[in-house]
Amino acid sequence: MIIRCRSISKGYGEGYALVSPKPISFFGQIDRTTGVVCDENHPLYGESIAGRVLVFQSGRGSTVGSYVIYGLAKRGKAPSAMICMEAEPIVAVGAIISRIPMVDRPEKNVFKNGVFVRVYADRGFVEVLD
Amino acid sequence: MYLTNEEERILKGEEGYAKQKAMEIVTALGDIYGADRLIPISSAQIAGVSYTSLGDEGIEWLESLRDCHVAVPATLNPASIDLENWRDMGVSSEYACKQLRIINAYRQLGVKPICSCTPYLVGVIPRFGEHIVWSESSAVCYANSVLGARTNREGGPSALASAIVGKTPNYGYHLDENRKATVLINVNVKLETLSDYSTLGYLVGETIGSGVPYFRGLKPLRSEELKALGAGLGTTGSIALYHAEEVTPEYAKVLTGQVERLNFTDRDLREVCDEHFKPVNGSVELVAIGCPHMSLVELEEAAKVLKNRRVRKDRKLWLFTSIAVKRLAERCNLLDIIRRAGGEVYTDCCMALAPLKSLGVKNIAVDSAKAAFYTRLLTRVDVFFGNLKNCIDSITEV
Repeated sequence: MIIRCRSISKGYGEGYALVSPKPISFFGQIDRTTGVVCDENHPLYGESIAGRVLVFQSGRGSTVGSYVIYGLAKRGKAPSAMICMEAEPIVAVGAIISRIPMVDRPEKNVFKNGVFVRVYADRGFVEVLD
Repeated sequence: MYLTNEEERILKGEEGYAKQKAMEIVTALGDIYGADRLIPISSAQIAGVSYTSLGDEGIEWLESLRDCHVAVPATLNPASIDLENWRDMGVSSEYACKQLRIINAYRQLGVKPICSCTPYLVGVIPRFGEHIVWSESSAVCYANSVLGARTNREGGPSALASAIVGKTPNYGYHLDENRKATVLINVNVKLETLSDYSTLGYLVGETIGSGVPYFRGLKPLRSEELKALGAGLGTTGSIALYHAEEVTPEYAKVLTGQVERLNFTDRDLREVCDEHFKPVNGSVELVAIGCPHMSLVELEEAAKVLKNRRVRKDRKLWLFTSIAVKRLAERCNLLDIIRRAGGEVYTDCCMALAPLKSLGVKNIAVDSAKAAFYTRLLTRVDVFFGNLKNCIDSITEV
């Protein structure tokens, strides 16, 4: 299925979807070296975001979060792409400086954990494989 | 968002990687906030300086930008340590090394190594209506409200990106319609010290959360009082702009239509203090004044309080300001008075960002509601709150 989106950070990325029902603060909720969700109160606690297509509402918290994303990418522990319902500056800036493809405002929200997703951020759409 | 041919060229990478990344950030933010175009800015004040918050990842990113230079005058937010006298603070050379590497990375980009939350006290003074990109929330409040310049509350990376391209998306507080008052605050409060003004700001920020407050009933204010008020507002709320009747430059045209009205009294102020802060007492080890950084007038006031007093054994008095104001204080003999009383003046840094725990500090007293809030949150030491005089009295003797 093809879903149109808005392009935020250019590039192509693919992987299995990891869907967060809650916003994510990269500064504090994600382990800076492993990419594992380290906040016990977050629904994705214990999951690794590395290599996944991370689907979430938006980022929140400190703007230092942008640099945490950059560090994850440097260590190969960042998501392969990100899909936000509504982009905000922390995650958008983090994706851009880390060259992680990112889109927001998908026309439909059909993303489920584990489905394979191709993110064509340059062209403003994603493909969900069943 | 509309882009000029030149902006398009930068976005395509024709002026190098760093400028391309900066333009990508600026245009993405413009799209997110629905800006129509980019507008030129006259200065930038960049957050993301202290090693405690930036970490090694931040250093890597800054050092990757080597091939470019900022397009407008740019200064920095406070760091974690005094850039010259960090040894006197007790900071390890390993930590200092990381912090100085960050400053050097900014310096390579042409950013001035002036680390202060009060750029308007050290020669960066935007004029009325000028568009700027500042990060530090108290400086944003001062620039928007007191000077009538125009800035949003920027994050560190977006301020740096704007400094590199010399432009910012045209949205938020850059536009007239977003500078109108959204709530009328009637102040029936006796305000005596700077701590009182900072507490009033803290209380109003906590109550309204966001929007543009319009204060009625504040007497003509000193700029230090406006600085303290704005710092409080920016702490508990996402507030970037306030107006004060017959005090700030835009007040006459911003109260249009019906807005919510709120009253604040002495009792409200006392209650917020009792609820959020522990009062100063005899067990205080370190008194830290200067959030935001002290002006020359404030240092003079501190010197007056210290006259004929002396900091007790095993107690410390740290005053925080910018490098420029410290030099002026030296010229005016204030530094000498403060040092003879056993105090020290540090520059470039801030008590809330300092690695207090590793310096062996167990508790601290401050006279700013903003400092009380962030020091507890970021350093995890015990924090007491008072005014300049009772803070200093708590650790000194005649």
